[in-house]
Amino acid sequence: MTNATVASEYSAEVNHVPIEHRFNPYSDNGGTVLGIAGEDFAVLAGDTRQVEGYSIHSRYQPKVFNVGDDIIMTANGFAADGAALIDRFKNQLKWYKFDHGGKKLSIQSAARYIQHLLYGKRFFPYYVYTIIAGLDENGKGAVYSYDPVGSYEREQCRAGGAAASLIMPFLDNQVNFKNQFEPGTDGKQKKELRYLSLDEVLELVKDAFSSATERHIYVGDGLEILIVTKDGVRTEYYPLKRD
Amino acid sequence: MFRNNYDNDSVTYSPTGRLFQVEYALEAIKQGSAAVGLVSKSHVVLAALKRNAEELGSYQKKIIKIDDHMGVALAGLAPDARVLSNFLRKQAMSSKMIYNRPLSTSKAVLSIADKAQENTQSYGSRPYGVGLLIAGYDETGAHLYEFQPSGSVLEYYGAAIGARSQAGRTYLERNLDTILETDSVEELIVHGLNALRDTLSQDVELTFKNTSVSVVGKDSDFKIYDDEEVQQWLDKLDSVSNARNRAGDDDADDNNENQETTEETTTTTEAATTEEASNDDNANEATDAPAEDRMETDE
Amino acid sequence: MNHDPFHWGRPSQETYGGYNYNIANASNHQQESQLDNFPKVHSQQPIITGTSVVSLKFKHGIIMAADNLGSYGSLLRFNNLERLIKVGSQTVVGISGDISDLQQIERILHELEIEQEIYDSDGGHHLRAPHVHEYLSKILYNRRTKMDPLWNAVIVGGFNDDGTPFLKYIDLLGVTYTSSTLATGFGSHLAVPLLRQLIPNDIDYENIEEDEARKVLENCMRVLFYRDARASDKYSLVTIKSESNEGESTPKKLSYNHETELKVEGQSWKFAKDISGYGSKQL
Repeated sequence: MTNATVASEYSAEVNHVPIEHRFNPYSDNGGTVLGIAGEDFAVLAGDTRQVEGYSIHSRYQPKVFNVGDDIIMTANGFAADGAALIDRFKNQLKWYKFDHGGKKLSIQSAARYIQHLLYGKRFFPYYVYTIIAGLDENGKGAVYSYDPVGSYEREQCRAGGAAASLIMPFLDNQVNFKNQFEPGTDGKQKKELRYLSLDEVLELVKDAFSSATERHIYVGDGLEILIVTKDGVRTEYYPLKRD
Repeated sequence: MFRNNYDNDSVTYSPTGRLFQVEYALEAIKQGSAAVGLVSKSHVVLAALKRNAEELGSYQKKIIKIDDHMGVALAGLAPDARVLSNFLRKQAMSSKMIYNRPLSTSKAVLSIADKAQENTQSYGSRPYGVGLLIAGYDETGAHLYEFQPSGSVLEYYGAAIGARSQAGRTYLERNLDTILETDSVEELIVHGLNALRDTLSQDVELTFKNTSVSVVGKDSDFKIYDDEEVQQWLDKLDSVSNARNRAGDDDADDNNENQETTEETTTTTEAATTEEASNDDNANEATDAPAEDRMETDE
Repeated sequence: MNHDPFHWGRPSQETYGGYNYNIANASNHQQESQLDNFPKVHSQQPIITGTSVVSLKFKHGIIMAADNLGSYGSLLRFNNLERLIKVGSQTVVGISGDISDLQQIERILHELEIEQEIYDSDGGHHLRAPHVHEYLSKILYNRRTKMDPLWNAVIVGGFNDDGTPFLKYIDLLGVTYTSSTLATGFGSHLAVPLLRQLIPNDIDYENIEEDEARKVLENCMRVLFYRDARASDKYSLVTIKSESNEGESTPKKLSYNHETELKVEGQSWKFAKDISGYGSKQL
């Protein structure tokens, strides 16, 4: 380095790039969400706590929304991005209605569209795990889940957010009967898959969240469950531990 | 032959202080089929007569939804109305997006009035050739506005625009008191349809195919009734044809009406190009321009 | 040191390397070619700052308080700042964080007010707290998305469209949330626990009288003054309430009360004489 002020082996670091204490445009607002599809219904549940660091900012800040056309949606992770994504989707749904004479948006079309919303910000992503739920064209429950940049698939169930790694294995076992075998077959015959009833699903959801609340500091305060059936969307609320 | 020198663009006044292009645009509204609107304390009803260019064709769209709390009825150039209503939809949505607040009816109307006014004052542009009735329900209650291509907007208890709309206005004036006082949405719709019925020409009746109705108001989102859905309201009318035709031709302004009727039938098939047609009419035959102005321009 | 008569007194090249003439030629007006070497830099930190804003709902409305101090690092730079801004007739916006950005927000809100008045010539359309909040949250979120944030945490207080009290937070990332008890910055650690003692569940504000709420808020300002080194004991307080008789549905009378130059009362410094050194020493 010829024009370095002090000749040293560190001189190469002089100039070029200033030391940056960069503004971090993301934060983690905790919370966890969970969607399960049944035969003729789908549920999407989320806790109502919003955090930042070790502070509980709000004990009731819902993050699962009925976005219209019997589609329910959540985007969990960085709360501002989540809200922005859901706002944009709701807005676009309105234009879809204007442009198509009030036609109902099917769940798979909604799913594909959300992929585009997410991938559109591939290089400055929405830092959220998105799940939508509803009924497909045959009236069967449907859950679609996404990664932050829009990769998605339809699944029977999915947990997202802070306690996803706590809940997902539980769901694998209880919804998809992973590692469950018929009694007396010496682990040879898998337990046959069947649709769970709405009551069974609601119990699973409540158990999943109360367990996650025990083990994860970002989960708690309240549980809000949105349920889609052929009759529309309804909401149920259960308190969770607030510690 | 008469030639008007002051209607080549919309920025030049005539010596009597008129803007002919703007006035021609107002004429374009009268070429369109009628639309009426009326307000009670809590609701606004729009009713409109749809035309079909020919038997094999579909009927036009006369009422357009803007948002859950707002909609418009149009008379005149439909494409212009689509541009304006799309603009209003964007305004309504950004109000929801940015302010979490439904767009107020007055602000909506003023925003398109500003657009229309710009066209009356810039060279090379054409004023919008459409009139709108804007119905909205917001925190200050139910509102009905009329929008004109000149950029003027006024609020009304009852209004009618389009072909033979005077008859509709007359009906509304006569029944104003009952309309304002009514608590029943049904009654309001029936009054709207009665007014619309009075604008019909002799051989036409209100049918579920040619009638559009919409309601918006307290606790009810903007809803359009078209086709089969509108039949329930037509069933509530005592008659679906014009009162004058039933009573015989003894109305005061009958001559006037007949004249318009004939003009009407000749221009319907050219609906899309009415503006040119009407301008030519006005310029060459000058049927509507008062004599004094002809004198002025002749010199 | 260089002993050459023409370079006497300069650091010797052998030891320190050649002189970097870029330093001598440095200027605020950089040349295009130099600009390419550096990224465009937006604000990376706040400069003059205001500390916590504290607020809570009560039966008939909301209360919000913020002190009047502007700190320049650890320097007490200003002691006469007003950080509670009135918007429209029934909304208050409390701002903490960078003061120049606060003033920018103040101007934005003023413009919003004017635009609102222009289109409401007939009256009756009120700009309320939820509208102001949504607008501000969009502005802060858009700025963070441009990587050029407004370095603030903001609380908006007022009334919902249905007349119930409204309180909601926004920060420089665009993150928003509601609660019956809200505070920014240090206040979220020190004040919120005190406020939640009064209002354990969000809905409980419905049973809280104004004087109870005010007493707790005053206590919060005292605690903050004790323990927040960037807080002062001079503060402003805004109370917005709707006064209506029980079960009356006619338009409520709203009052907006802005008190300034309040003093933290009841300070006790008895413990101070026992403090020596840096606090960890036991006497």
